Amino acid sequence: MRWNRFAAMARKEVIQIRRDARSLLIVVAMPILMMLLFGHGVSLDIKHIPTYVLDREGSQQSQDLLKRFQASEYFEVVQAVESYAALVRAIDTGRCKLGIVVPHDFSRQLQAGRTTQVQALVDATDDNTANLIFSYTEAVVRSFSREVELDWLERRGQSQAPIPLTVDARIWFNENLESKAFIVPSVVAIVMAVIGAFLTALTIAREWERGTMEQLISTPVTPLEVMLGKLVPYFAIGLFDTALCTAIGVWWFKIPFRGHVSTLFAASVLFLVVVLGLGYLISVVAKTQLAASQAALVVTFLPAFLLSGFLFATEQMPAPIRAITHIVPARYFVTILKGVFLKGSTVATLGWEMFALAVFALVIGSLATRAFRKQLS
Amino acid sequence: MNQNASSVVVESLVKRFGDFTAVDHVSFETRRGEIFGFLGPNGAGKSTTIRMLCGLLQPTSGRAQVAGFDVARQPDAVRQRIGYMSQKFSLYNDLRVGENLRFFAGLYNVDSEVLSERIHWALEMAGLAGREAALTGTLASGWKQRLALGCAVLHRPPILFLDEPTSGVDPISRRQFWDLIHRMAAEGVTVFVTTHYMDEAEYCNRLALIHRGQLVALGTPTELKQRQMKGELLLVEAEPLARAIEVLSSAPGVLDAAVFGNALHLVVPQAAPAIPALRRYLEERGLRVARLEAIEPTLEDVFVSLTSGRAEPGPEGN
Ligand SMILES: Nc1ncnc2c1ncn2[C@@H]1O[C@H](COP(=O)(O)OP(=O)(O)O)[C@@H](O)[C@H]1O
Ligand SMILES: [Mg+2]
Repeated sequence: MRWNRFAAMARKEVIQIRRDARSLLIVVAMPILMMLLFGHGVSLDIKHIPTYVLDREGSQQSQDLLKRFQASEYFEVVQAVESYAALVRAIDTGRCKLGIVVPHDFSRQLQAGRTTQVQALVDATDDNTANLIFSYTEAVVRSFSREVELDWLERRGQSQAPIPLTVDARIWFNENLESKAFIVPSVVAIVMAVIGAFLTALTIAREWERGTMEQLISTPVTPLEVMLGKLVPYFAIGLFDTALCTAIGVWWFKIPFRGHVSTLFAASVLFLVVVLGLGYLISVVAKTQLAASQAALVVTFLPAFLLSGFLFATEQMPAPIRAITHIVPARYFVTILKGVFLKGSTVATLGWEMFALAVFALVIGSLATRAFRKQLS
Repeated sequence: MNQNASSVVVESLVKRFGDFTAVDHVSFETRRGEIFGFLGPNGAGKSTTIRMLCGLLQPTSGRAQVAGFDVARQPDAVRQRIGYMSQKFSLYNDLRVGENLRFFAGLYNVDSEVLSERIHWALEMAGLAGREAALTGTLASGWKQRLALGCAVLHRPPILFLDEPTSGVDPISRRQFWDLIHRMAAEGVTVFVTTHYMDEAEYCNRLALIHRGQLVALGTPTELKQRQMKGELLLVEAEPLARAIEVLSSAPGVLDAAVFGNALHLVVPQAAPAIPALRRYLEERGLRVARLEAIEPTLEDVFVSLTSGRAEPGPEGN
């Protein structure tokens, strides 16, 4: 290990990152974008949906239903209109996204123990939003309907009737509508996975593809110097992005940071060794950038995205999938992140997760130091 | 400098890819400060040989010593003492000229005291002084090649391996590049250079002709031209050319006939008696003879003559 050779490798890598717009974008813009996307996406898009109502009956019960929309933080009943045409116009002109029509015989049908229908007009310009609005509407109506049902049964002396099925409106991410506080800290893990997958995984493959590897390995540089020279810059970037995400989380999203910075730092260092080591291993094996990025997507990014507890709570996964999550390093890191931010956990209370990450780091790190051989084919 | 430090000794070197033999029992030695040329057509096995000598490919069998170290067992000791320019341009196009030089100086662990002097020297040599800030990718190919040479010699290696350094470069730049090679050799550097340009081979001190992985001849260009020909060489310009070659291939006393541009080269046992005889032979068959004279063989003639029996794979193809 010669300092000169390591420094030359690292300096070259930094210059190349600086000159590559795509890399810069991943280093600087990606973490900010991810934070905003997952931080805002959860809470803003689906709250305060502008809603118009047309109550054709005007009874106590119809008003009851509409009040439930008013009470929910997801809907904002802007106006009550008198005609169907006015409702349609409001949707067409974008003044509301949802229109609710209560029929003129609403309460009479219910009193008689018959079913009735409430019409919901949804602005479907944006598919996703429309689905979301629809499922919220359904949830409100069903819970109302259940109470009416119970009420009706009770009045007929069947109070011990089975509780009807509860409706579980599932939203794509953050399905339990937990606050953004739960998702934002974990974004750090995703950002690191992206750096590992889309930057590190390409570094060696790029040299093979461009033909620069042949010149490189004809010099006395050692595999260890190549690896460290290539990874240290990405390591620094990873730590920088961790700090950036933490800053955005704390100051922009007002996420509490109850733990200690040193815990976050220690866990980030371990997780970075894991993702950079994985990226490097893939890069050494793959030899083309396309193959490397695809492999990295599957090995680093997707597990971090889907199996870490970032989007989907691991406790709610089917048992076989939950078993798989135990070999996903990001799972441990996400647990640590949530703990450090929200619960003020320390290295001691996170002992098991820290230990697991350290084992991954050790195994992958030592595999990576052995992987690269200075030979053609 | 001891004898070994700048020598390349190759004994029965073999490289197989699957059941294909790319380098087939090649043996030779180079001497200090000589320009040793490896001449052969594409696919002959030149790059494969040079890669084994630089420790980049493991030989299948045989032995090679570079600067006194075994290439298979001590590749790192070999790499300290050589400079290598691969066939495909392999500096970083997204680095500036000066950045590429500093990068390789770092990899070769060039002392910081001599660093700027070495880089300055390399820039002068490549004709790139004042253009350190140019992005390497924007340079014309002649400059790129000279920069690559500069990067390969920053640590003053006693042995230099150049794999087709002038392919795809314009004739003037090729000439300049060969001047550089001669300057290095004059300073005592052993230069091992491959080429498929016959005319360039004339610039080498000694030449190995390689064909289908086998070394078919070895010697100075002059020796090769004198010794390796089976007879003497005639140049024929006759109309129409297609018929001339057909007639001459079966003419008495013609050992070999090949087209070179718009003329024919014939190998005959003795030139003096053959000239009038062949002129008569052609004219009797209605061909117009514009030129018919004895010429000095070029390396290309030597190559054609040496490999004509080997061209097709077959019983005599070995
Ligand atoms: N890695 C490899 N795998 C299989 N065949 C190879 C490999 N490298 C070279 N060859 C084959 O070996 C032969 C010699 O190649 P090469 O040494 O590059 O020739 P040259 O440099 O003289 O043009 C060619 O037929 C080439 O296809
Ligand atoms: Mg070649």
